[in-house]
Amino acid sequence: MASFILKRILLLVPMLLGASLVIFLMLRLGPSNPAMDYLRLSRVPPTPQALEHTREMLGLDRPLAVQYFDWLGKAGRLDFGTSYALQRPVLPDLLHFLPATLQLAGAALALTFALSVPLGMLAARCRERWPDQAVRFLAFLGVSMPNFWLGFLLVLLFSVHLGWLPAMGRGGLAHIVMPAVAIAFMSLAINARLLRASMLEVAGQQHVRYARLRGLSERHVERSHVLRNAWLPIITAMGMHVGEMLGGTLIIESIFGWPGVGRYAISAIMNRDYPVIQCFTLVMVAVFLLCNLAVDILYALVDPRIRLSAEGQQ
Amino acid sequence: MTEAVLHSPSRHRRLAGQISLRLATFVVALLIVAVIAGPWIAPYDPNLVELSERLKSPSLAHWLGTDHLGRDILSRLIVGTRVSLGSVAITLAVILVLGITIGGASGFIGGRIDQIIMRVADIFLTFPTLVLALFMIGMLGTGLVNVIVAIALSHWAWYARIVRGIVLSLRHREFLLAARLAGASRMRAFVEHLLPATLSQLVVLATLDIGHMMLHVSGLSFLGLGVTAPTPEWGVMISDARQFVWNQPMLIFWPGLALFVSVMAFNILGDALRDRLDPHLRAEHVH
Repeated sequence: MASFILKRILLLVPMLLGASLVIFLMLRLGPSNPAMDYLRLSRVPPTPQALEHTREMLGLDRPLAVQYFDWLGKAGRLDFGTSYALQRPVLPDLLHFLPATLQLAGAALALTFALSVPLGMLAARCRERWPDQAVRFLAFLGVSMPNFWLGFLLVLLFSVHLGWLPAMGRGGLAHIVMPAVAIAFMSLAINARLLRASMLEVAGQQHVRYARLRGLSERHVERSHVLRNAWLPIITAMGMHVGEMLGGTLIIESIFGWPGVGRYAISAIMNRDYPVIQCFTLVMVAVFLLCNLAVDILYALVDPRIRLSAEGQQ
Repeated sequence: MTEAVLHSPSRHRRLAGQISLRLATFVVALLIVAVIAGPWIAPYDPNLVELSERLKSPSLAHWLGTDHLGRDILSRLIVGTRVSLGSVAITLAVILVLGITIGGASGFIGGRIDQIIMRVADIFLTFPTLVLALFMIGMLGTGLVNVIVAIALSHWAWYARIVRGIVLSLRHREFLLAARLAGASRMRAFVEHLLPATLSQLVVLATLDIGHMMLHVSGLSFLGLGVTAPTPEWGVMISDARQFVWNQPMLIFWPGLALFVSVMAFNILGDALRDRLDPHLRAEHVH
């Protein structure tokens, strides 16, 4: 198991390097002119001398490979440069906003798991009866609902109309409920349907029939024989949904005035503040890869077949 | 196969499915009409500012009311279809072309080129799609064209992988071998024999993705990165209406509803198309 995890962690290195290469090359080979944007954001008139000086200062006059390894080396020492617009180091600012984003995305992920498992179980248990129809309808709504619109509908109902929940800001549980629901709704709906299908498939297999024939209680059969096999696809789907959730969080943050990386990143994108954009992208990719690492490890823990085959390879 | 999988849906549900498919087809037909003829159908000029008529509730003159500048909401919705849906159509076309050329080349040529292309695709797949799209917009600048390019660049790898998978599965089939033996060049064998076989599966995938893409484009416009202010577009309309959430909430409701219903219609259509054209197609079957 340990070697499986280690191998999986080592795999992160080439992935992050690949991502860093894209992030670096898109800026240098794309249509953008960093020196020009630097001067614009520092409100210096772009005279030829100023441009020349800035190019030198930003190291843009050096060969591409030298620039890349210089940037990568600094990034390795957690130095992502200074923001053109704010003239402050990028990473500390980003890390200041990151916890709020991770909290919200994490809450959405937890909510997805906490609701989709019971809903999926309920639907499978009551196949073709009204709870199953209700879950099907929910899934039907979920895959088509724009998350930012759902956010507004929730605000309209629970803040404007009923006055139960605060419409803006970060605080206690009351603040996080609506944004988390708005982010989680789609994955939640998809996962509930997926679990239903997966449970019904497992429930038809021989070993489950045998468990029933042995006289085990329906509850025990469901929990130990059906669910244990049936939630493997859910774990995989969760890993795929993490990316969507991170993206959804960035959009939803702007609706609920959630003080996360979203606003910081989006104003940098509008300003073309390249060091901020690069750092933001790399950090989000790292978060995404770490989440998928966690999913893979969880998968191996739950499913001995993966674990054993990974160990058997050595 | 288990009994659960073989269990056929009840008559009642099949009927519901048929009705929803009819409705979805109808909605999509309406949308297409709005894309083509929007400016002529709309009762008002979508950008006509009439401050005396601002924030009006629905009435006979303005069926869905007016926004904060007195512009007719229904007209803006109808004309906005062209941007909202048209940009998605262009994005998908670009992605399909990229996916078919790159994925097709990768699967058909094979060897080292295949290796290199697939490693590059893998790198692009390590990014969450919206984060990659945001990054690309940051590099290219804001605006609708750049949003289209950004979404295409953040999705091509998925399609390239799928096309490559299909091509690999077909590569050694007899009809292709026969074409080559009959003297067709590799290029011709690809274009005339492999491509048509790939296309039906791609059409299904693309239809299923239209809704997803609409959500992406309007989400980016909502953030202020895509289409900007006066242009009528559904995401922009929602974004414009945010400040009036307390006193005129219907301003947010209508464009969101238009988006929601359109996405749903395309999803229903995509599902039906998949069931009819290619019942075996499932994302996990394509490697």
